[in-house]
Amino acid sequence: MAVEHVDGKDKGNVMLFALSTCGWCGKTKDLLRQMGVRFDYVFVDLLEGKEQDDAMNTVEKFNPHGSFPTLVIHDKLAIIGFREQEIREALGP
Amino acid sequence: MSFTGINESDVDRMYLTLKKEAEDGGYRLNPDVDFTKNLIRGLLKNEQRYGYRACPCRLASGRAAEDLDIVCPCDYRDMDINDFDACYCALYVSDAIAQGGKTVSSVPERRPPRSDRGKRTAVHTISTGPVPALPLPVWRCRVCGYLCAREQPPGICPICKVTKDRFERFI
Repeated sequence: MAVEHVDGKDKGNVMLFALSTCGWCGKTKDLLRQMGVRFDYVFVDLLEGKEQDDAMNTVEKFNPHGSFPTLVIHDKLAIIGFREQEIREALGP
Repeated sequence: MSFTGINESDVDRMYLTLKKEAEDGGYRLNPDVDFTKNLIRGLLKNEQRYGYRACPCRLASGRAAEDLDIVCPCDYRDMDINDFDACYCALYVSDAIAQGGKTVSSVPERRPPRSDRGKRTAVHTISTGPVPALPLPVWRCRVCGYLCAREQPPGICPICKVTKDRFERFI
């Protein structure tokens, strides 16, 4: 899976499932960058076939609607959509 | 984000067209022009890769028939503008947001999840009791609710400009 890595403060495992064309996904990515958090992200629309299916199954495990952005923190908490305050609370200083 | 093969003059042209069409039909584009143009780049990218303008904030299947409900403007736009002041991707917004009185925030997804799709005909079915015999069928635009009584739906919705395939038989 084409996972991109962004370096920053270690807050544990932070994984962003996003779409390359989505405005809210872009805002979420910008917020994490601005907060200086270390995270990984993947553009699910750029994956193909089984890789995309596997990624969707993972997204749906945390967010049954399978919508984007889905931010998975520590493999258990999911923040769905660009929810700035929730993201800041979960990963703030 | 910029995409390969997307021409900025096409983005500007589409922005002006969508803005005019929206305003002619009583809709409003998001007043944040940079954000809006970014969504338009996404729409053009989707048109290029899928052949139709799927919502930039939803994962398209690549199969047009399955994605008809999320071809922009999507079937959910008007309900989301009513309830959340913006459509799901926030390309279209309420008057309150267009005039700067409110700001857009995240809109929850109301499209059914993958496992429940394909059962989408019942969304607007309203029980009406016995209907008198009509000289013509009534067609309803799934996007904006425009109704017309004629043999076939129009090629383009006169209100929201979506194509004929977005109409359903209403009565």
